[in-house]
Amino acid sequence: MALVLTEEQSMLRDSARGLISDKAPVSHLRGLRDAKDPTGFSKELWQSFAEMGFAGLLVPEEFGGSGLGFVEAGVVMEEIGRTLMPSPFLATSVVAASALSRGGNAAQKSEYLPKISNGSLLATLAIDEGAKHRPLQTNLQAVRAGNGFKLSGAKALVVDGHVADLFIVAARTAGSAGEREGLTLFLVNPKARGVAVERTIMVDAHNAARIEFANVEVNADSVLGEVDQGAALLDGVLDIGRGAVASEMVGLSDEVFGRTVEYLKSRKQFGKLIGEFQALQHRAAQLYVDIEITRAATMKALQALDTDVAKAASAVAVAKARAGTTATRAVQEGVQMHGGMGMTDQFDIGFFMKRARVCEELFGDANYHTEQLARARGY
Amino acid sequence: MSESEAADLEEFRKQTRAWLEANCPPEMRKPATSDADVFWGGRNAKFSSEPQRIWFERMRDKGWTVPDWPKEYGGGGLSAAEHKVLRAEMAKMGARPPLSSFGIWMLGPALLKYGNEAQKKEHLPNIAAGLIRWCQGYSEPNAGSDLASLQTRAESDGDDFVITGQKIWTSYANYADWIFCLVRTDPAAKKHDGISFILFDMTSKGVSTKPILLISGYSPFCETFFDGVRVPKSHVVGTVNRGWDVAKYLLQHERAMISGMGERGVGRPLGQIAADSVGSDAQGKLDDSMLRSQIASFDVDEAALAACAERAVDLAKAGQAHPAFSSAMKYYGTELNKRRYEILMSAGGVDALEWESERSKQGARPRAWLRTKANSIEGGTSEVMLGIVAKRILDLPGA
Ligand SMILES: Cc1cc2nc3c(=O)[nH]c(=O)nc-3n(C[C@H](O)[C@H](O)[C@H](O)COP(=O)(O)OP(=O)(O)OC[C@H]3O[C@@H](n4cnc5c(N)ncnc54)[C@H](O)[C@@H]3O)c2cc1C
Ligand SMILES: Cc1cc2nc3c(=O)[nH]c(=O)nc-3n(C[C@H](O)[C@H](O)[C@H](O)COP(=O)(O)OP(=O)(O)OC[C@H]3O[C@@H](n4cnc5c(N)ncnc54)[C@H](O)[C@@H]3O)c2cc1C
Repeated sequence: MALVLTEEQSMLRDSARGLISDKAPVSHLRGLRDAKDPTGFSKELWQSFAEMGFAGLLVPEEFGGSGLGFVEAGVVMEEIGRTLMPSPFLATSVVAASALSRGGNAAQKSEYLPKISNGSLLATLAIDEGAKHRPLQTNLQAVRAGNGFKLSGAKALVVDGHVADLFIVAARTAGSAGEREGLTLFLVNPKARGVAVERTIMVDAHNAARIEFANVEVNADSVLGEVDQGAALLDGVLDIGRGAVASEMVGLSDEVFGRTVEYLKSRKQFGKLIGEFQALQHRAAQLYVDIEITRAATMKALQALDTDVAKAASAVAVAKARAGTTATRAVQEGVQMHGGMGMTDQFDIGFFMKRARVCEELFGDANYHTEQLARARGY
Repeated sequence: MSESEAADLEEFRKQTRAWLEANCPPEMRKPATSDADVFWGGRNAKFSSEPQRIWFERMRDKGWTVPDWPKEYGGGGLSAAEHKVLRAEMAKMGARPPLSSFGIWMLGPALLKYGNEAQKKEHLPNIAAGLIRWCQGYSEPNAGSDLASLQTRAESDGDDFVITGQKIWTSYANYADWIFCLVRTDPAAKKHDGISFILFDMTSKGVSTKPILLISGYSPFCETFFDGVRVPKSHVVGTVNRGWDVAKYLLQHERAMISGMGERGVGRPLGQIAADSVGSDAQGKLDDSMLRSQIASFDVDEAALAACAERAVDLAKAGQAHPAFSSAMKYYGTELNKRRYEILMSAGGVDALEWESERSKQGARPRAWLRTKANSIEGGTSEVMLGIVAKRILDLPGA
């Protein structure tokens, strides 16, 4: 597979870019933040997304989706990264849709996937519990009770947690924190008794929530995949999420970089354009190289996911690790090279810095993924 | 790609794999660790081993010393996609390049683009067959990064140019049969406009070389002197005084080749090499956690660079490549290779410091480590590469 977009993928990019840059430039996020918008994204825009086939992009055609692959999902994520558009696309269309189509039984798929495709259902994965992403440390307890289970514990950084219609909750049905065995995914109705959702206003003004589960009862039909054997399903779904977030970070890095280079070509000091100073030129060139390398690594990971999710782990770890270090560098240089302007809220660049920080924590930061690669290589 | 093309390519992959399995001697499936492991060809070429000879001859007979050159010039005539498959299959089994040469990496591509038919017919088959070894006469004592300020003169005399001047850092000039050389044919023109790209035999009267010793203890390059060397004008590649175009095009290929060093590993993963010397704990983790994280970060960047190199080829094939992208790759690839060898030295500890012993293969590791320091200098320095990216790709002012 060539590491360049096909014609169809380029067309998809153009249509996503057209819609997103037109309807959701950075000022859209700014407006939602300033208004303390209760939803945190535009429902109207989400409907447009659904009509264009983006909401169900990964959903198989038999369930009303577009049946496209992860490279295509990455194309859309990259465009989202360029304007920081707050959107259920990541949580619902990428992560939850993948969990349901990969782990769901026939009934679960036909109940939820068509609604994801038409934009009427929002769903999200509840995974992290501590300050850092450590999936195997999952300790939310699910104990058998009658014909079903009772869930107790807490989740953090649940993307779109306060607006979701469906939670996919990683829980422990056996074993103890740190073990692979004994993880199970559950489909939980946010309105169920014992669920308490606290929307957390985050640094990046994107949606997130903390959720507490106090003896929440679910029936046996709510199990997604197999009891105790959820780790493999979870690995794949998380890797899909990681690939998507890496794409968002590539888009974000590229956008910040583009804006910064433009600034270097317009701002004058010492009687010269600051872009004439070699100290800045070389740093800009290094950043360009970093972004291109990370872009390639991310495409490689998405293609690996399209080929075989179960064999993509190392390529995904490389991509997410690179995306983290690259985006961090891009936003730091972005602020620095804009001088005092870069520090102002009125200027957009700070939004990129804040979103990059959240993307870095989502589904594991660069340190986490670098560690995963070292373990996979056995040293 | 259509389905039938994909099927053809799959068939090609199968056949290639089978052929390589049957024809690549086991000794040639290990990375080269010293210059003796590399076959450079040329009039005085000697094989350092029988497997080296067998491997070279088998590949030569298929045209696979230069797989993507046209068959009429001794190449394999492979398409870009087939070439990619061959490279991938060779990499998978760790097969060495059967022939290395400046002719393959640098002059060949330049001749294919700028050479006339007679020049192509004269030189390309000799490169493909490893019969003539080339060296590169670009740098001069006062023209390094600022290459276009070169002063070696070529004065017109009837059908000939008469060349006088000095080159420096000419790699393997003392072993090379021919040189591709930049000379000033119009001293009055602006510096980029009076340069010609010319080819001549190193045994011509008036050519002499003097080896220079490197910090690695090896002497792979020379000062090269030209004292009234007579060269027919027909040996100019491209147009007289337009040699800079040829020179720059050749540099793109040189840079792509040098950046490849960042992608090419040393046979085994660094983590395993390090485990041999520093040891591992009960869980198999390296017993030096800081070194371990350096290696892991390196591995991330190495894998990402490999993806980018693959993408660069695909972009070129799709006609979407920026011509200056090889400078970006050269910068990153060479800096990465220097990192690789810093890690190897750190992992090797005291054992990596021996300079002369059987045990250390005559100091192979420290010598290789020192040699890598030149990667970010030769073919254009890292600073010059960043300047090219800033100017040509980012279009920054005054760069
Ligand atoms: C939080 C904060 C508090 C401040 N408080 C005060 C205050 O109390 N009083 C006050 O007077 N000012 C204050 N400042 C202003 C501050 O001193 C300026 O922002 C600073 O001097 C940079 O100037 P600039 O913002 O115009 O950036 P520019 O000068 O436009 O710089 C933009 C970028 O170009 C780079 N650059 C500029 N020239 C060169 C060069 N020759 N070579 C290489 N790179 C170059 C810079 O390093 C920077 O990265 C404050 C700024 C901030 C952010
Ligand atoms: C192992 C090796 C093999 C080589 N083989 C060959 C060969 O076969 N044929 C051949 O012709 N040449 C060869 N070279 C020469 C090589 O191309 C030059 O060394 C190189 O171009 C740098 O030139 P210089 O050594 O004169 O350094 P200089 O140009 O003097 O550079 C000195 C320092 O100044 C920096 N610098 C220069 N200009 C700028 C600028 N504008 N901005 C910022 N920094 C700058 C450089 O980056 C460098 O760090 C070889 C070199 C080495 C080390």
